Amino acid sequence: MSKLQLITKGLVKENPTFVLILGMCPTLATTTSAMNGMGMGLATLFVLVLSNMAISATAPYIPDKVRIPAYIVIIAAFVTILQFIMQAYTPAMYETLGLFIPLIVVNCIVLGRAEAFANKNSVVDSACDGLGIGLGFTLSLTVLGLVREILGSGSAFGYKFISGDGILVFVLAPGAFLALGYLIVIFRKLTAKK
Amino acid sequence: MVLCLLVICLVSSALLAVVYAVTKAPIDAAAAAKTNNAIAQVVPEFDGTPELAEISVAGTDYTYYKVSKGGSVAGYAIIASGSGFSGPVTLMVGLTSDGIVYNTTVLSQAETPGLGAKCTEPAFADQFRNFNPEEKVLKVKKDGGDVDAITASTITSRAYVAAIQNALNVFAAITTGAQPDAASGASTLHATMEYENTSETDNGGQSNE
Repeated sequence: MSKLQLITKGLVKENPTFVLILGMCPTLATTTSAMNGMGMGLATLFVLVLSNMAISATAPYIPDKVRIPAYIVIIAAFVTILQFIMQAYTPAMYETLGLFIPLIVVNCIVLGRAEAFANKNSVVDSACDGLGIGLGFTLSLTVLGLVREILGSGSAFGYKFISGDGILVFVLAPGAFLALGYLIVIFRKLTAKK
Repeated sequence: MVLCLLVICLVSSALLAVVYAVTKAPIDAAAAAKTNNAIAQVVPEFDGTPELAEISVAGTDYTYYKVSKGGSVAGYAIIASGSGFSGPVTLMVGLTSDGIVYNTTVLSQAETPGLGAKCTEPAFADQFRNFNPEEKVLKVKKDGGDVDAITASTITSRAYVAAIQNALNVFAAITTGAQPDAASGASTLHATMEYENTSETDNGGQSNE
């Protein structure tokens, strides 16, 4: 598979949110607005690329029996680095995403890519895979956040174009499930093989 | 096996130590900037740096900042909170030296986006600019006061009001230089109890915020 294919497969064929249905907890919880969804997606992208590279580089030296704890330590280290960086340079975003940043450690997308791809492929391929999946996740969360923000608060990326309240339920948890469900239907319909 | 994990942990912690050392200054600066911005927002013009102090009122410790202009006290920025729909709503409440609420700003809240989270918006928060607690009643209209609650978010609005009330109690304690006297203490207690009772029935009945 070429490097470009590795990146694009994460966007469509193996889209983590709409096809693999992985990482649902941050997906549902943080997408109250397009900005928040994008922030969460980019944070995961950062960890995914770095952890994929680190795990791919170290995998040959890690005995099979302890690979999961080893991966978790590596991923946790990158997540903590991300936390420090966000706290220092984007404090507002850090506060909005709150608990979901440390929870990237146990995000099944990150560990899933480590197990399914990074530990049997080269460092560069793993980086491309992480980038692709991460971009797919970012894109899905931004779209989901955008849909919920438009329907729920009548604004897009914080820019309000409908005065008054939107359909409040879309900002709340039930709206997250509804919007996600319909987006999955639309995504599958569009990508279905004829 | 053990060695491998040990090496991974060592390398990870070394890496973290480096990043921590690098980002510590910006993190502290960001936190300080946030506090200073909040202070500057809620109190009248001042010179010099805000003076950090702590006080204990009715068993709770409060942090506040005293600001001065030209040697005399210009106002106080008091950090106080009320219990909202999903956790405490913490405010920085600015008071002038004569006990008028100059302005308020939300330091942290976890209220529902689109409902209670609107307490950070000017549409709600601006009614507390130059709020004189002696002329107006610091309660939401539903409870017989003069404060317009956020639609469908009465509990959040009450939390906001309760936080300001706490700040006023702290202010009273600061200015008298002692604990509030028995009479005002009792009335505060009464207000708090009433607040809790009504919020419970509201919550169960309408599942509104």
